[in-house]
Amino acid sequence: MSLVSFHLMAQQIVTGNVTDQETGTSLPGVSIIIEGKQVGATTDFDGNFKINVDPDEVLIFSYLGFTTQKVKVTNSNVVDIQMELSLDKLDEVVVVGYGTQLKKEVTGSVGVINSETIDQLKPVRIEQAIQGQMAGVAITSASGAPGSGSNIRIRGISTNGNNNPLILVDGNVIEDLSVINPADIKSINILKDATAGIYGVRAANGVVLITTKSGRKRSPLSISYDTYFGVQETSNHIRLLNATEYAAIVNEAAAIAGNAPVHPNFASYGTGTNWQNEVFSSAPIVSHNLRASGGTEKFTYSVGTSYLDQDGIVGKEKSNFNRITFNSNLSYDISEKLNVKATGIYTHSNQNRLSENALGSVLFNAINMDPTLPVKTADGAYSLAEGLGNEVINPMAQIENTDDKIRVDKISATLGFKYEFAPNFFAESRFQYNHSKVKTDVFKPVVNYGSGKVFNISTNELVDNDDKYEDYTWDNFLKYEKTFNDIHQVKVLLGGSMFKTSGTFESYTGTGFSDESIKNGVSIGDAANVVDQNAQSKLRGANTFDVRLLSYFGRVQYDYKGKYLFSAMIRRDGSTRFGPNNRFGYFPSASLGWVISDESFLEEVNFIDFMKIRASHGIMGNDQIGDYRFLSTLGGQAKYAFNELIVEGLAEGALANPSIKWEEQEATNIGLDITLLSNHLDVSIDAFSRKTKNLLLSPQVSGILGAVAPGSSAPTVNAGTVENKGLEFLVAYKGDLSDEMKFRASVNLTTLNNEVLFVASQNGFEQGGAFGVGQEPPLRMEAGYPIGFFYGYKTDGIFQTQDEIDAAAVTSVKTSPGDLKFVDINKDDKIDLEDRTNLGDPHPDFTFGFNIGFDYKNFDFSVSAFGASGNEIIRNFERNQPLVNKQVSVLGRWTGVNSTNSTPKVNAGTSPNSLFSDYYVEDGSYLRIQNMQVGYTLPKEAIEKQGIDHLRVYGSVSNLYTFTNFSGFDPTTSDGSPLAAAIDLGFYPMPRTFSIGLNIKF
Amino acid sequence: MKKYITEKITLFIAMLAIVACTDDFINVPSKNQNSDDFFNTAKDYEDALIGAYDLLQSTYLNVLLGEIASDNTLCGGENANDTPGFQQIDDMIHTASNEQLRAIWSRMYAGVNRTNYILEYQDKITFNDKDNIIGQVKFLRAYYYFELVKWFGDVPMIVDKRFQFGDQFNIDRTPKAEVYAQIEADLVDAANKLPLTQTTDGKVTKGAAQSLLGKVYLFQNKFDEAANELEKVINSNIYSLVSDFNSIFEHEGENNSESVFEIQYTDAEGASFDCLQCSSGNVAVGFSGIRSYDGPVFDSGFSFNVPTQELVDAFEDGDKRKDVTVLDIVAWAEANNAKYTEGYEHTGYFNRKYLPRKGDKNLGDANLTNPNNYRAIRYSDVLLMAAEAQNRKTSPDDAKAKLYLNQVRERAALLPITITGSALTSSILKERRIELAGEGHRFFDLVRTAEASKFINGFVTDKHELFPIPTIEIDLAGGRWAQNQGY
Repeated sequence: MSLVSFHLMAQQIVTGNVTDQETGTSLPGVSIIIEGKQVGATTDFDGNFKINVDPDEVLIFSYLGFTTQKVKVTNSNVVDIQMELSLDKLDEVVVVGYGTQLKKEVTGSVGVINSETIDQLKPVRIEQAIQGQMAGVAITSASGAPGSGSNIRIRGISTNGNNNPLILVDGNVIEDLSVINPADIKSINILKDATAGIYGVRAANGVVLITTKSGRKRSPLSISYDTYFGVQETSNHIRLLNATEYAAIVNEAAAIAGNAPVHPNFASYGTGTNWQNEVFSSAPIVSHNLRASGGTEKFTYSVGTSYLDQDGIVGKEKSNFNRITFNSNLSYDISEKLNVKATGIYTHSNQNRLSENALGSVLFNAINMDPTLPVKTADGAYSLAEGLGNEVINPMAQIENTDDKIRVDKISATLGFKYEFAPNFFAESRFQYNHSKVKTDVFKPVVNYGSGKVFNISTNELVDNDDKYEDYTWDNFLKYEKTFNDIHQVKVLLGGSMFKTSGTFESYTGTGFSDESIKNGVSIGDAANVVDQNAQSKLRGANTFDVRLLSYFGRVQYDYKGKYLFSAMIRRDGSTRFGPNNRFGYFPSASLGWVISDESFLEEVNFIDFMKIRASHGIMGNDQIGDYRFLSTLGGQAKYAFNELIVEGLAEGALANPSIKWEEQEATNIGLDITLLSNHLDVSIDAFSRKTKNLLLSPQVSGILGAVAPGSSAPTVNAGTVENKGLEFLVAYKGDLSDEMKFRASVNLTTLNNEVLFVASQNGFEQGGAFGVGQEPPLRMEAGYPIGFFYGYKTDGIFQTQDEIDAAAVTSVKTSPGDLKFVDINKDDKIDLEDRTNLGDPHPDFTFGFNIGFDYKNFDFSVSAFGASGNEIIRNFERNQPLVNKQVSVLGRWTGVNSTNSTPKVNAGTSPNSLFSDYYVEDGSYLRIQNMQVGYTLPKEAIEKQGIDHLRVYGSVSNLYTFTNFSGFDPTTSDGSPLAAAIDLGFYPMPRTFSIGLNIKF
Repeated sequence: MKKYITEKITLFIAMLAIVACTDDFINVPSKNQNSDDFFNTAKDYEDALIGAYDLLQSTYLNVLLGEIASDNTLCGGENANDTPGFQQIDDMIHTASNEQLRAIWSRMYAGVNRTNYILEYQDKITFNDKDNIIGQVKFLRAYYYFELVKWFGDVPMIVDKRFQFGDQFNIDRTPKAEVYAQIEADLVDAANKLPLTQTTDGKVTKGAAQSLLGKVYLFQNKFDEAANELEKVINSNIYSLVSDFNSIFEHEGENNSESVFEIQYTDAEGASFDCLQCSSGNVAVGFSGIRSYDGPVFDSGFSFNVPTQELVDAFEDGDKRKDVTVLDIVAWAEANNAKYTEGYEHTGYFNRKYLPRKGDKNLGDANLTNPNNYRAIRYSDVLLMAAEAQNRKTSPDDAKAKLYLNQVRERAALLPITITGSALTSSILKERRIELAGEGHRFFDLVRTAEASKFINGFVTDKHELFPIPTIEIDLAGGRWAQNQGY
């Protein structure tokens, strides 16, 4: 698409100007060389250049990130070039830890997401930009509520402890990504294999490297403003009975139990109250981003500010999240050899929270609430959920009486020096710092939700938490980078890193508030009585933590002609979390690459533009456990009551294990990258295995050790092996169908096989999670099964007759026709706990994502989708009570011999049906249309006069539709912890958002 | 020149970084004291003693389940699958897979460990009043071990040091007789060291140690020793029966003149279902409460532990204790216009001694933070134990036995018992059931008098006297312990 004009002239000076084809801005620093000669020039600040050429010589224009252009000089002395953003992903710069690499040189498995994708998806959270975009990276959210967190899982779940990857924003450790404005991000690079080993002990769960936007040298001030406004609504309703249907079913249950009908005259009930319609509402979301960037010869800058305000689709402002950010990214060349770079992010956010995904949470109540009850009774008071069980309450009253706020103030700053102290030798020192203040206020006003409700409050109480966190990372390293004889490229890295994170916790409980203060919103200062929850630990300074890491690392990278690539690294980490004998760990890894397409035997194969095989292998570590678990300390709880007052003493905390050591993960990756069809089609295939050994977990231990004492816990031990194996495929196409029609598409697919190979606890398994009320934990970690598989009774239809029951094995609870039939797994002619078995697991067999986009003239269109297959979810949002509402599937219940063999009869009396069985396990497979967007960019001619460089308007729908058979709100939501995941108590669904937006650039 | 300076600065920073990066950087001592470097002041002993008392609050489960196991109450709850561990014990169909038994096992050992921790360092320093502290600790250790022996028979025993990780693979079950010998020795020592009264209510006294020792003797049919020990409590003249039986279980009746040992609870701080043993309130009270109750005097609860008609019928006419012990919810609701819902195995009765009362703060979780103290050893219990011991000792003193028994009966407005011999034994045991109904003693009294199979449906002799050691606990200790007989 270059426009080149020619005028014949011999032996002349050629001048010209180079601009960015897309934005029209001048490109400074573009390298221009004459083919076959070492002679060259560079464009100046305004994109102008001047060069002496002979006729018929060829000029090569190259600039990082843009397609290299060759122009033959004929008879022209003016050559204006418009450079096009590179189609060739191989020129992309990939961040690989303490440095960057060109994509074609990468030997590890690195997933890249650039700002283009982020612009297109407009995620409220960064994780949403990753979701479905990258093979091997799974994102789950525990909630769709504004401001709530997501979990990033890279290549499966390897521990029942912390599975979160290390996240570095400009080298700075960030644990909660909600403080980052996605629009500030230039790129996200995810290190998925052993090449992450340069981060040693923190790399076992993968490393996410986020780079924020910076200015470009020699570019004029550019101001961009992006905004959108959206309306959110729930993406799903659970299909429940209306009042009439409900009354009929309740009566039937009463009749079976031998009781009188509860609703004798229900014919006139109509549809009653649809509690889901009551709790869900449409809610606005607004986002503004303003950024200014530019650069001079020595100085670049990018400063921005943003504001986000999002109400929740449940409870609107009661689950509001708003956030203000300020961000800056500055770089200055003090001298030719010394550069200083500084970044800073300030975030202020407020979040209101409602009870979620718990027995008696808002959505749980909306599902279970009696539809014959009005929201409010005639006297204006909220109706009481009498007789629906102790946990089910009127969700509207619950929203009204919830006052739960969290406020975060956070500063993240980095300062780095880079100095070339001798030719090819660089010294870098970077200091990264975070400081945050998290203030939580939960006020529980006196309220009565009905008789015996567990949420009734008889004393006004405010719980106020003030937590402060601070951490720094100081990296110092030396680099040596040199190419010998144009064929041997060598890079050496040697460095050290210090990391310290600390914090202080304050917690106060206040009671005794005046009516006046309650009306105006209480603070802890209004309380007549304040209890300092940390009074005891404060005496010894133990309401704090201080965790440190000391690391040394080295890496050698070598390539021969860019064809044979090799890299090896080692890191030594020391952590305060381990005892003196096991404090240090060594984590080596190595990788190889072979660019086959550079071999002569493939040069003739025209349809292959690029082909590389890569392999990596290494050991990474994990220290994500509690502090001082190697030492027996007096961190336990010792509280007794004398004279009605709580008296605090001291007691042992978690049981010590002095021999605790690093968890180690052995990761292997083999990959193939191919580029075909004149750089239009990229294909990547990876096969990986991650075996985590010496798994750090706190297994159940013998009760005689006293671990159940308040404030104590089982010791952390190295006690398990988990393996994740899988394949990743990525196919991306980008090309122009015609001058006016550009097309791009990508598909990714990941298969994952998770298996626990070994659990060292004496009983051979760990368990967790909760189902129903008072039942055995339903999730297990056991050798031979995926981590967190479901453990319960297998059903075999419905008992049709009493004869059938008499001949079968049954539980100790009275069974009658119409009840579930459990399988007698151990064939001992009775059904008891020993008959439980594997009922499924929450791990998908495969996950996938696809993106399609095309531009036609000034219009652009894109759609993205993702999905998962083969994952199961436990349906646990139905309270087992006679008077709660039920799903419409109950209409197909058992009503007599051979009426059905799948849905048991309704029951108001005693039955074993509520025991955890596969009746409550559902297929959670889904396909979600995540985003659909249409944009229109105004023609340059129309806006140039107003001084506008770029103006685009768009409309988009996110979370448009989800194809699934799951009966709950949202199959994509899941609790992040392996031994609690996939138990659905009414997850807050991800909202569907319709939005319109504007991008403008001056 | 400027370049020279910046170069120097950079190099200086690099040097500094390398120097600063010594391994000392990660040598950070814990703010919480190392447990092996403690007990340096009297205050340290007092602080650790609070930790040893703490586990007493978790014995709400022993009381609740002890009552459910007996013929006094049914399990109840929301439905047949509500807390299977309770339901199975109520029906005497419990197996070795029972989370509730595991909780009792683990909590009592947590208590043992906290007492052993102090006794491990009992000789480290000397200070005034140390005997008082050591006496309390020994009583508490005896209390926890006694619970273990009552529930499980032979149990692994360690004395004066903590069980450390790894010990569980080497230690065997200690024969019951040896555990009892240790309990006796601890209580004798405690009684010698402790004062008759403490300045703070709820702390262990000499009388508490002697009473528990008497009870421990009784459980081993050592009636002479029991009689002797309980006589000391009676003759100390510290304790007396409260004339108004009804007042005992109300808030103002806590730590009264009849209270020999009382486990202290408060409504000031609760806990969640994840850590019921962490609650400073009496969890059993909320569990025993009337389901979805709306009315005066009481708060609602989970309708477990509901008294049987048979218990109600066991009260003699005119017994003043009947309406204090059992709440007839139908009559009560009618008289007070109260509402409630029926739970599983609804009998129409509730365990009124330990029902949640209105007006408590119940901070935290309302159902888990009831302040009702558990009257662990009441003086009437001491009198009845003394009566039994006098009646059953080598040379019985039935006159004394009747004197003690009739003190208890007199307060209940019942006529004195005049019979002697084994008929008197039966009367004493019947009186124990009535006087102490709802207080968690019945099952173990039936077991120790070998009468359980007569009264408890499903009770199998030579099996159900003991509860099984949870299979998982056997596994976690290396699978070497034999299971109790019959399981």
